[in-house]
Amino acid sequence: MKAALSFLTPRSTVALILCGVALLIAPFVVDRYTLSIILLALLGTYLGQAWNILMGYCGLLSLGHALYLGLGAYVSAVLFVNYGVGPWLSVFIAMAVAVGAAFLLGWLGFRFRIEGVYFSLLTIAFAEIARIGFDNWSFVGGAAGFFLPVNAALQDQWWNLRGGPLFFYYLALAMAAASLLIAAVLRSSKLGYAFLAIREDPQAARALGVNINRTRFLALFISAAMTAVGGVYTAFWTNNLFPAQILETSKSIEIILAPIIGGLGTLMGPFVGAFLLVPLGSALTDGLRAIGLSAPGIKALVYGVILMLIIAATPNGIWPWLARKLGLEAREP
Amino acid sequence: MSFSLYLEVLSQGVLTGLVYGLMALGLSVIFGVVRVVNFAHGEFAVLAMYCAFVLFGLAHVDPIVASIPLAIAFFLLGYAMQRGMVQPFVTRPQHEQFILLVGVALVITNGLLLAFGPESKHVDLPYSFDSYEISGALIDKVRVYGAAAALAVTAALFAFFRFTATGTAIRAAADNLTGAAVVGLDVKRLYAISFGLGLACVGAAGSIMMALTDMTPMLAPSLTLLAFTIVIVGGLGSMTGALAGGLLIGVAEAVASLVVSPAVKSMVSFGLLVLVLALRPQGLFGKAES
Amino acid sequence: MNKTGWIDRRSLLAAAGATIAAPAVVRAQAKSLKIALMLPRSGFFAQAGQSCYRGALASPKVLSDLGYNVEIVHIDTESSNDVSRTQAEKAINDGAQCVIGAFESGNTIAIAQVCEQRKVPLICNIASAPQLTSQGYQYLVRNFMSGPGLVTNGLKLIGEVSKAANMEFKTAVFLHSNDTFGTAQAQAMEKIFPTLNMPFKIVESIAYDPKAQDLSVEVTKVRGINPDLLLIVTRAGDAIKLTRDMVRQKFQPKAIMSPGSPGLYDQEFFDAVHEYADGFIYNLPWFNVKSQMTQALEASFKATNPKNRFDLDGFNVGFTFEALLIAADAFKRAGTGEGEPLMKAIKATNIKDHVMIGGPIMFNEKGDNPNIGSAAVQNIGQKPTVVYPADVAVAKPILPFPAWQGRK
Repeated sequence: MKAALSFLTPRSTVALILCGVALLIAPFVVDRYTLSIILLALLGTYLGQAWNILMGYCGLLSLGHALYLGLGAYVSAVLFVNYGVGPWLSVFIAMAVAVGAAFLLGWLGFRFRIEGVYFSLLTIAFAEIARIGFDNWSFVGGAAGFFLPVNAALQDQWWNLRGGPLFFYYLALAMAAASLLIAAVLRSSKLGYAFLAIREDPQAARALGVNINRTRFLALFISAAMTAVGGVYTAFWTNNLFPAQILETSKSIEIILAPIIGGLGTLMGPFVGAFLLVPLGSALTDGLRAIGLSAPGIKALVYGVILMLIIAATPNGIWPWLARKLGLEAREP
Repeated sequence: MSFSLYLEVLSQGVLTGLVYGLMALGLSVIFGVVRVVNFAHGEFAVLAMYCAFVLFGLAHVDPIVASIPLAIAFFLLGYAMQRGMVQPFVTRPQHEQFILLVGVALVITNGLLLAFGPESKHVDLPYSFDSYEISGALIDKVRVYGAAAALAVTAALFAFFRFTATGTAIRAAADNLTGAAVVGLDVKRLYAISFGLGLACVGAAGSIMMALTDMTPMLAPSLTLLAFTIVIVGGLGSMTGALAGGLLIGVAEAVASLVVSPAVKSMVSFGLLVLVLALRPQGLFGKAES
Repeated sequence: MNKTGWIDRRSLLAAAGATIAAPAVVRAQAKSLKIALMLPRSGFFAQAGQSCYRGALASPKVLSDLGYNVEIVHIDTESSNDVSRTQAEKAINDGAQCVIGAFESGNTIAIAQVCEQRKVPLICNIASAPQLTSQGYQYLVRNFMSGPGLVTNGLKLIGEVSKAANMEFKTAVFLHSNDTFGTAQAQAMEKIFPTLNMPFKIVESIAYDPKAQDLSVEVTKVRGINPDLLLIVTRAGDAIKLTRDMVRQKFQPKAIMSPGSPGLYDQEFFDAVHEYADGFIYNLPWFNVKSQMTQALEASFKATNPKNRFDLDGFNVGFTFEALLIAADAFKRAGTGEGEPLMKAIKATNIKDHVMIGGPIMFNEKGDNPNIGSAAVQNIGQKPTVVYPADVAVAKPILPFPAWQGRK
């Protein structure tokens, strides 16, 4: 644990604690609208961390993480509605199913040496096959969607994830914090160094005695399982699931924007990215409406331009640049 | 099911596949030379469709004829884009190229939504509803014209790469970049031409597609995925592969619709993609990487 | 409105993370009701969302002529659940006393959860998922039919229309889009069809990809089966592709009917296929041409949306207007925009004269309006024309389906 926290300088420790405290007391200070945005940003942070473990640390570009998100969501939702299995139990089944899918993908990908852009397209293909499969699987409602009961009588069963917004807020905060911790522990572990070695140079890593396939499988499994937990959260938070929303490629893209914009392979990148992009979307909606530009589509257009500008200006993402500016440069292992 | 039914379905698959193939060819040319995956490919196709729509509205140009001026216009657009925007990203990691092109895709889709609204757009051609009857099978006239035009553009492109000095130089650069730079080829210019040619394919294909179907801005991502599937099956970077992949996917989807269920036809093409990746990762016509 | 610190310590401890009641809105008695109208004006459902939006533009004049006073805030849900949810929070923060929306069932549920927690009434203008009103939401009513209701009425009308036209069908193929709405309709169909004792049987049910570039193979497949009756559930884009491919392949069943779906009456459909739009019959809740309020709404629509046709937007416009009418009427009776009394007034709604076909607008204990009627509408002379039932019809149904050839 001590090693895991070694990236913290005294200054960045203070900054991290300040952030944590701010997020803890946010519900007492900000209005519900702002809080709902912070919640989405926390969820984005969590999913971004999960994806970052695979891409940022191990160098495998997945463009199909919606697969694990969707599997997690559907498994837990179906178990809850059809079999009365609560989310605290089904989350493990959801993780297992996601890992199973990841195993299939990894088996194909690693065994047949599908590398680089081909691997990315394989991940898209897997997610798309799942989407079309769920679209046509009437047991889970098909394209018509799957609904969780929002019965008022169940409303206080927090143990079944049937709580109010405050409950879900703190749950998202806990998940985001946990994901940061997991990423930090991983990075300072032997496994984490193996990830980085493979990312930098697979041949050299092999020469150093790293079992490449095994290590890649582990990264994939951890990432998939974590994403599936995010899926469970999403299912119980939104209470309705449609393959066309949760398994879409656009969802996969949404997941990866934050860690890339924030800073790929850094601990704080997913956090910074999510807390930049999610509020940016809302601020654009509000700001454009305030100046009378509410034509549908203009927000996404401006958002696209901003994405291009950010990626052109800060090649390694916002966080490395920001950390330098604030004097929070981490002691990267 | 009768013989004519299968003949019909097969011909539909082949004719549509040729147009898809031309669109995917653009993706393949860009990747083969510039080594950038154009994640906004479908969006450019839809942009071309709207251009064809506007041309038809203004001057009543048949979209199949408009494929030629649009190919030229999109060549220039691609050339400028490569020079002005993509070039700095050529040496940057793939995920950063990805974000850039996601941005481009968002701008195109939502720009079109702003300018034209969400309703699907179409052109009224005098032969839109006509069909040929060949031994009991009905074959759409517009699809035949479209496929012929797509073949012509493809042939022109093949000829360019085969017989012109620039074309040969681009092929050389694709094969061996350092070598090309050493013998004094202006690589940046070749990149820009390649990106231009890639978009020219999309421009022509999109224009032809405007005659075949109608389009809303929201359908662009599914075209991007279609183009990906085709080039991976055919072999990313291979020109013959893109064409063959287009035909294969076109026919596979058509046959799957007939014998399985239309709703799962794109599952068949993704399944084909996975199969090809596993058995022959470089694609049916791709060269194995050393 | 208490904008900051919406949770005090005591309620936090008391609720231990469960639902926190929103603080009561303390405000001076307002003269007009502030309504947040949430529609998918961009994203996947943009076409329908903008059609509803045109209805909202036409509504204020009619409402104020009727003596109602509303202030409408327009919000784009971007067809996204997340945006629907956060924007609903924002709208209520900004003082919205009633929310109307959101055309799509998933988005509507996202909004419903916020409205339920904050005790702000949500009036659903269009959304057909039966789950919406079966979850026990206290602050939700729906002035629209659920999917099974649409299908039941749609199928019954098929029987009645064919009887009226002396047509007999033995076989039918059911062709539907494999999207949210199409699949829900297909599921309802599977359950309801066997119970209705229809005179024909469905020999095959075919789902197609809503994002398909063309539907030629699908049509070829149907042609191979050659049914008397083609039942379809579409949206505008695929209705166009379907029609084109049917004309090209000269596929000519005795009738083509939709047991309730959009697509066949949208502007883009008529723009794309012109004379080939004629003959299709769709059984849907429809606006009552003979109602005075409909005529007033049509006049206002023409003034506010000169480029659009009322008869094509009428379905979306009518239901969006009626949702606004319900809110305005309840506000007038309640005399306040406060959640609880306003919701009580909404539940007690009883509006006899309105726009859509059917009995008075009122809500059952679940929050559904049981009095919505369906009509059989046929495209005749490139105009949607009510052909059944007789009391609202303006023409007789044309059956069998007119030949594709020689149209103009």
